[in-house]
Amino acid sequence: MKKHQFDVIVIGAGGAGLMAALYASKTANTAVISKLYPTRSHTGTAQGGVGAALGNEEEDHWEWHTFDSVKGSDYLGDQDAIEFMCYEAVQAVYELEHYGLPFSRTPEGKIAQRPFGGHTNNVTGKPVRRACYAADRTGHMILQTLYQQCLKNNVNFFDEFQVVDLLVVNGAAAGVVAIELGTSELHIFHAKSVILATGGHGRVWDITSNAYAYTGDGIAITMRRGVPMEDMEFFQFHPTGIYKLGILITEGVRGEGGVLINGKGERFMERYAPRVKDLASRDVISRAMYLEIKAGNGINGQNYLYLDVRPETVNKYAALDGRKRLDGSPYTMTGEEIIAKLPDIVDFARTYLGVDPVAQPMPVQPTAHYTMGGIPTNRFGEAVIDENNTVMPGLYAAGEVACVSVHGANRLGTNSLLDLIVFGKHSGLRAAEFALGADFQPLPADPTEYTRTQFDAIRNAQGNEKILEVSGKMKTIMMDCVGMFRTGEGMQSALQTVRELRERYKHIPLHDQGKIFNTEMINIWELGNLLEIAEVVTVCALARTESRGAHARDDYPKRDDVNWLKHTLSWVKPDGVIELRYKPVVITKYQPMERVY
Amino acid sequence: MQVTVKVYRFNPEKDKKSHYETYKLEAEPTDRILDMLEYIKGYYDGTLSFRRSCAHGICGSDGMRINGRNYLACKALLKDLHTNKITVEPILGLRVIKDLIVDMEQFFAHYKSVMPYFVNDEPEPPQERLQSIEERERFDDTTKCILCACCTTSCPIFWASDQYVGPAAIVAAHRFIFDSRDKAAAERLRILNDQFGVYRCHTIFNCTECCPREIEITQAIGEVKAAIITGRLD
Repeated sequence: MKKHQFDVIVIGAGGAGLMAALYASKTANTAVISKLYPTRSHTGTAQGGVGAALGNEEEDHWEWHTFDSVKGSDYLGDQDAIEFMCYEAVQAVYELEHYGLPFSRTPEGKIAQRPFGGHTNNVTGKPVRRACYAADRTGHMILQTLYQQCLKNNVNFFDEFQVVDLLVVNGAAAGVVAIELGTSELHIFHAKSVILATGGHGRVWDITSNAYAYTGDGIAITMRRGVPMEDMEFFQFHPTGIYKLGILITEGVRGEGGVLINGKGERFMERYAPRVKDLASRDVISRAMYLEIKAGNGINGQNYLYLDVRPETVNKYAALDGRKRLDGSPYTMTGEEIIAKLPDIVDFARTYLGVDPVAQPMPVQPTAHYTMGGIPTNRFGEAVIDENNTVMPGLYAAGEVACVSVHGANRLGTNSLLDLIVFGKHSGLRAAEFALGADFQPLPADPTEYTRTQFDAIRNAQGNEKILEVSGKMKTIMMDCVGMFRTGEGMQSALQTVRELRERYKHIPLHDQGKIFNTEMINIWELGNLLEIAEVVTVCALARTESRGAHARDDYPKRDDVNWLKHTLSWVKPDGVIELRYKPVVITKYQPMERVY
Repeated sequence: MQVTVKVYRFNPEKDKKSHYETYKLEAEPTDRILDMLEYIKGYYDGTLSFRRSCAHGICGSDGMRINGRNYLACKALLKDLHTNKITVEPILGLRVIKDLIVDMEQFFAHYKSVMPYFVNDEPEPPQERLQSIEERERFDDTTKCILCACCTTSCPIFWASDQYVGPAAIVAAHRFIFDSRDKAAAERLRILNDQFGVYRCHTIFNCTECCPREIEITQAIGEVKAAIITGRLD
């Protein structure tokens, strides 16, 4: 067992973690602990852009961005936090550029921007170009740029270390326990501030755009230490995943003029969102797709639809919509322009679908994509652990693992990358400031006791269960019953199944009893996290008897602001019982209205 | 269809030397090699160890030698290999730790040696630094690198001497050398004008052929060589 001591430790090396580390390390002794090499983090897969009202391509205002995000959140986002994020966005994007991020450019040499779902000109209601992009690999460029800047600034990295426990002493964060993957040795990281930036848990669902690594580790270890989670019932399904595989096809495809087409050849979004059509927010489009497929309008009656970005299709619908270029001429696209603007999408379609998107439409279906809920924080990234927003000293969270809440019931595209950089930065600043004015909490007498107990159980499990069968069953039932459309009955059956699976989980034998890169042992531990999270998600979703954003119930189809304009807080009690309490949504300027696109 | 997958195995806690295990399984032509490895690990042998994360060719975790050529296991589909006999081995030139997992430290050390970060100490403008579409296009290709190491570990020069900085590090340097906003090109060119730098490249093109991001690596290396010789960045 090895011990380390730092002022600030950051868990996770995606966009939020690296941004936090960059800022914390300016003043405090900081280390980043990550189960992957930093450049393997899931931020790298983000494609279309980062939202900021730069106004480089047309008139735009951060206040418009704020309203769009509030509306996109189905009024569940906290408006003070959303205002903060959208205001900070502009400077944050310039800052990324100053770090060297290779954004695509306008003819004037400024950062290029494209339209994205739910982002509008608040006067006309038409889509606005707000997504700042680097081709269709914006996340890749953010991740690379931030990692490079961390190297330049000599940030300490512990790569391929799996954090497995959060140490809490005197009601404050005291550090973490991690397993060095190469040796299985336990390490104790004693710290004044702990920033969790571990991402989401899309691997709970069957069809997902999320990486294998997206197993909700940060949420699971925090939940086990008595910290509540916020709004866990809200999980986003992105409309356009590659059929069967779930790999993401960016909304930028529709930003550039691509349209969704059903089996009858109709551009069906005209019926669901007459004004912005294929650029409505994600929950609206995913639900429309689900309804089309349910009505037998899938392609050849199957459970997929087409995303069509062939130049003739783009040009036809752009003409019908009256879409114009900046100089006022009609908007048109050639095959070459599509390939230049969306090179990775073209590559994915060719590799995984055998389809050339310039010549053929792409088969797509909604895919589990983004965790709106998570560790409750305020806008400085401080974890707030009850209805009164009481701060837990020394604990911070940023990025997808956190719930500020800026995404509420449904996140707008491009706001996740924005969330990473804005709240990554502010959590890093605040964590360093706290650490410099605080003493270390004492470590517990036996800091690795809980970890050893947990892993001894995994090593010594008896039985014939198989990890792929237990995880497969969880993913299927969650997809079917706690996915895009939910009912009380379906969720009850999912809850029962998940609880049975948690029992079966204890009987997955560990074949690999070695210490060097025991990936089987880690995979089993990760599945334990997913199962616990699946249960919490289902309990929170069952309780919320309304439809709002990504949480859509057939048995309660309307939004209910009288009873449900509030955040869910869920505690997992030591006996396993999940306790729910609620806290109000922060409303500043925008009273809830009916949501029409 | 039935597929035979022969996998390189080495468990340092048990084996004195490596060996191969052969597995037979049913697979679809559109299955990824990664899917087959997951299946083998899940149903045949839980001890099989390999790295993976995003599973669609972006994170760069699962570079492997498949039927004698470097691929990302998540980007190599069965149908693209034109055979139902698959051999999977670790990438070459780096120490094998266990099964398909190699020691990446040397690879990242080379990457870090070329100043792979943006340098410009002039005062920052209040908004973005301007860059024309053409200036941005100049280094677009090398921004795509995901550090999977497929290129470096396919290079016979690197196999012969792991002191060679390798194609991936040169690609990283290229991305900054040709960025009109960056101010450290001369320093990077000096680093690469070394006996283990760009001149080790003998234009064998293995790197370019296997790059899962389709970067024109040999060309990028050639451009760096030319910049050293001419002192010009055009």
